[in-house]
Amino acid sequence: MDKNYTARRRRDLIIAAVLAALAALAPLFVKNVYIQNILVLTLMYAALSQSWNILSGYCGQISLGHALYFGIGAYTTELLFTKFGVLPWFGMLAGGAIAALIAMGLGYPFFRLRGHYFVIATIVIAEIGLLLFQNWEWAGAAMGITIPVRGDSWLKFQFMRSKLPYFYFALALCCLAWFVTWWLEDSKWGFWWRAVKDNPDAAESLGVVVFNSKMGAAAVSAFLVAVGGAFYAQFLAYIDPESVMGFQFSLLMALPAVLGGIGTLWGPVLGAAILIPMTELTRSYIGGSGRGVDLIVYGGLIVAISLALPQGLVSLFSRSKAKGATR
Amino acid sequence: MTPLGVRTFLGDKLLTVETVVQSLASGLLMGLLYGLIAVGLALIFGLMDVTNFAHGEFLMIAMYASFFLFTFFAIDPLLSAPLVAAAMFVFGAVVYLLVVRFAMRAKANAGMVQIFTTFGLAIVMRGLAQLFFTPDYRSIPQSWLGGKTISIAGIFLPEPQLVGALVSIAAFAGLYFFIHRTDFGRALEATREDPGAVALVGIDKNLVFAFGWGLGAALVGLAGAIMAVFFYIYPDVGASFALIAYVTVALGGFGSVFGAFAGGIIVGLVEAVTALMLPPSLKSVGIYAVYLLVVFIRPRGLFGSM
Repeated sequence: MDKNYTARRRRDLIIAAVLAALAALAPLFVKNVYIQNILVLTLMYAALSQSWNILSGYCGQISLGHALYFGIGAYTTELLFTKFGVLPWFGMLAGGAIAALIAMGLGYPFFRLRGHYFVIATIVIAEIGLLLFQNWEWAGAAMGITIPVRGDSWLKFQFMRSKLPYFYFALALCCLAWFVTWWLEDSKWGFWWRAVKDNPDAAESLGVVVFNSKMGAAAVSAFLVAVGGAFYAQFLAYIDPESVMGFQFSLLMALPAVLGGIGTLWGPVLGAAILIPMTELTRSYIGGSGRGVDLIVYGGLIVAISLALPQGLVSLFSRSKAKGATR
Repeated sequence: MTPLGVRTFLGDKLLTVETVVQSLASGLLMGLLYGLIAVGLALIFGLMDVTNFAHGEFLMIAMYASFFLFTFFAIDPLLSAPLVAAAMFVFGAVVYLLVVRFAMRAKANAGMVQIFTTFGLAIVMRGLAQLFFTPDYRSIPQSWLGGKTISIAGIFLPEPQLVGALVSIAAFAGLYFFIHRTDFGRALEATREDPGAVALVGIDKNLVFAFGWGLGAALVGLAGAIMAVFFYIYPDVGASFALIAYVTVALGGFGSVFGAFAGGIIVGLVEAVTALMLPPSLKSVGIYAVYLLVVFIRPRGLFGSM
């Protein structure tokens, strides 16, 4: 049993390395900018969803307010860059740190709430953040911030001519989020989180410090999401409150994990690999008319997968594997 | 006309007793309407522990129904409101039987499945509304109540909101009577307490749940029919009211019908007070802040069971 577990973890790591290497080669074959754009977004949402999954999947605290941390990452980076000339790399770390601190600050009151009360509190806090940024004159209010063009360079993390650098950064972020999850899964924290998710009262009585485990998960999750937000701001070269802190981001971070398999190592990546290209393609091929068909397809798919595969798409793999094992 | 001498920190508005009373009165009316929007959500949650994340879209559909009955058949929204509520009853029951019933059967990740099934449903409904009704903003130009105000003791009250508030009070009274005085209401209460045990006395759990969804949808339908008179109608209109409805329900305590009533009034009043002090774009911040304050002190809302 124990040997199997170690072997499985090693196999996961090898699969991840192979997939990452294959993904890194993708730009050799994909020259179409539109498709490159979809790949960047897919990797970004995979990374975001993987980070969301740490708090909501492993630790079971379903947040629909992670857009707040995404926006904080984006705004910290761009405010530091445009107002003080701080390089986006430092802004990214600062944004991550601020988001993690805010997540922990919010954790004090929020983690007393359970179930639906917690979910709604997270939606509300992100909405407050959105409204405050929309009214914050110094940060550009509803008009947002346009990131000044300073020429293509890794130092300023700005590229106008090619999407490839963004692609590689998104790939690296995705690998980082995956690796952090992989690593935490087998740590003391990972076991605590699953215990907290399954039965917080029992976990508490067995000596798990429930509150601290939730705080740890929230901090890691918020930090990574904020780094994603910083990346997205540089990628778009323009931010406003609605386009980095809107509710749709909270939803788009949760959906890949839910569709792929919440609280699983591979769920978010698998979910994003299917959901994001599908969203983008339906939007450009059917959604162009603005007639809502893309929403119908998209929403219908969410309903269908939630009902048919409550444990997500990864359950298809584990089911066939289980069959193979008994044979 | 007595100036209170309190300047808001915007500095440009002077608060007088009259403006305060005026806005508290309209806040109260709007609050009663918020209660009516939210009560269906509370009812369904209390009955079966499911939060309907398509609740705002139910409201949207009801507003469109009222709009089309007016446009094509010239039926005034006030007259068509019972019709809309009846149609929404059927709609709610059908949604339960066709979709939610299956979400309840999930053996793993049950809470997650319910949240995302109803979320997906909300997105589909918005898409359908865009497809069939176009994203255009619509309004009912001339109705019996639209744009009229009534003056009571020097306070001007808009008639649509006043009627909406009266309908809300009547609906809550009716709901109270229904739950406590009728056999079906008792069956509803019993199912809510122990869905397994009611099966033993011959109550069909699914029938009661379908009825609960129908009733919840009918109540939000009633609210939508009246709101169609004084709000723009468009495919995304539900989203802004949905969040207020969730806050109302969480404030009052999930599942508590009386809590939704009280929560609605609090939300309406807080919104009115915030609008006096902050720029209009920030008027919801007050609601959210009060909500957070309440759940931090009472994690299950004002009237939720602990």
